[in-house]
Amino acid sequence: MDKYSKVQLVLIYSGIAIFLTFILLPFFEMFMTSLRPLDHLFRAPYQFWSDDFSFEAYHKMWETVPLLGRYIWNSIYISSMVTLITMILIIPAAYAFARLDFPLKNVTLSMFLGVNMFTGAVLLIPLYRVLRILGLLNTYWAMIIPGVAFLIPTGIWLLKPYFEKIPRELEEAAFVDGAGRLYMLGRIILPLSTPGLIVVGVAVFIGAYAQQFLFAITFNQTREYQPLPAGLYEFIGYQTVTWNEMMAAALVGVLPVMFVFLFLQKYLVAGLTAGAVKD
Amino acid sequence: MIVKKSKLDFYPYFLLAPSLIFILVIVAWPLIETFRLSLTDARLGGESYVGFENYQELLEKKKFHRVITRTFFWMFLSVGLKILLGLAGATLLNAAVPGRALFRVLVMPPWVIPIAIGCIGWLWLYNSHFGLLSGIAQRIGLIDGPFGFLAYKTPAFYSAIVTDVWVGTPMVTIFFLAAMQGVSRDLYEAAWVDGAGRWHRFRRITIPQIMPVIVTMSLLSMIWTFNSFEIIWILTEGGPRGATTTLIVDTYKTAIGNWKFGEGAARAVIIVALLGIFSFFYYSLIKKLNKFEERE
Repeated sequence: MDKYSKVQLVLIYSGIAIFLTFILLPFFEMFMTSLRPLDHLFRAPYQFWSDDFSFEAYHKMWETVPLLGRYIWNSIYISSMVTLITMILIIPAAYAFARLDFPLKNVTLSMFLGVNMFTGAVLLIPLYRVLRILGLLNTYWAMIIPGVAFLIPTGIWLLKPYFEKIPRELEEAAFVDGAGRLYMLGRIILPLSTPGLIVVGVAVFIGAYAQQFLFAITFNQTREYQPLPAGLYEFIGYQTVTWNEMMAAALVGVLPVMFVFLFLQKYLVAGLTAGAVKD
Repeated sequence: MIVKKSKLDFYPYFLLAPSLIFILVIVAWPLIETFRLSLTDARLGGESYVGFENYQELLEKKKFHRVITRTFFWMFLSVGLKILLGLAGATLLNAAVPGRALFRVLVMPPWVIPIAIGCIGWLWLYNSHFGLLSGIAQRIGLIDGPFGFLAYKTPAFYSAIVTDVWVGTPMVTIFFLAAMQGVSRDLYEAAWVDGAGRWHRFRRITIPQIMPVIVTMSLLSMIWTFNSFEIIWILTEGGPRGATTTLIVDTYKTAIGNWKFGEGAARAVIIVALLGIFSFFYYSLIKKLNKFEERE
């Protein structure tokens, strides 16, 4: 096919540069802010470059907000628990939708997908009451359980295609050998769909990680259980906001997850989009 | 069929039961409860049945009409931009140029990090005295003094849109990119042999081929954008003077901020109803598209 001319190449790279500038600008600004001493942050007129950049904020942030490490861990812990529980719930459900025929199948499936229409914000008031009745307010569960509920539909939708891809013959052979149905799910279907399980697991994790702020500020008052996005607000003091430390903490806080994501992104993107493109 | 067909097979329901029960307790029951609350004047103190009074009040309120108009404007503008930017981004990242593997990874961070953390970055970018945007605008002489992007009604609204687009674009881009890569190369080569230029191939091959994904993503994106709460709440809390108050923010302010559970619930029910209409269009559109594909 035709090759790009020099002009076209320049246009493509400029386009990519503009696009990536938009995407990465906040990260760049957060990083630059984290390097500036606090009194220089509040210096007008705005300076693009200071000669006193330092990594001081990265040391001091742990003192300003002593629980910072805990918050970073909480974020990961809450998302991991959401992922674990969601996976346990959606594996049998996605399998049923992918492989079995039963009355009301389509109705049930659209009911699940219908949940996609809401976000937690719509149901906050009664959710608050449900969690209070269950005695879960101000615990990790107050953030885990709503997280799971709103990720189940997406999870089923993403996982179903992977189960559909497994050849039926394998199940038939096992059935002839006298394998039980649960045994079949556990020993044949699951091992064969490991790549899909990883993709959906990571996608659920990202979903849980990205959206814990609302549940945290509404259902949890216990500081020790707060996830990172809510915990960052402690950098907002009565007198000043230590913006530089807040930015440093935000960047360091998302680092572990970004790191894991970098390793998995190739599989994730290929797998995530496979389901969507098919539909 | 391999599995014996007895008349009543509970196995599928047994497999579905855990997630079904979860959804019933955490989503369906609160939904019914929201509707019940919307017919009361529930506050912190107690509640009594008032019928459809909350709805009547809302429908008569000019302010609420503006909230609804604003929400739809917010949704269409933001989703439109996300789709356009996503298409442009995916097309650029799909170009066979050196470095594209790296560029594709660099698009993803806003999608992977907590929304609230990205918003904190934008909050500082928009700062009047110390933010980069105001700084650049002053330096190149666009404005005389510091400019608070979130301090005035119109700029605050469009600033919130920009941030919402920033949060939503990476995922749209990635899905479009994957769809573009799924388009058969033979189609392009045949068109190229026939002398079709790049723009022509984009319009006549790429767009029609990825149309199902565009439709799916647009509608999913609409639902998410309609309910986009954290971004507005962190940037402006719905202000200044209500300029960024969309339905979801109004619901939160009424129910959680002012403890008017009944009136908040009525707003929540209106959200669900409006989105229900949307999902109806969503399903019928997908069905139409599938039929269209089958015919070809």
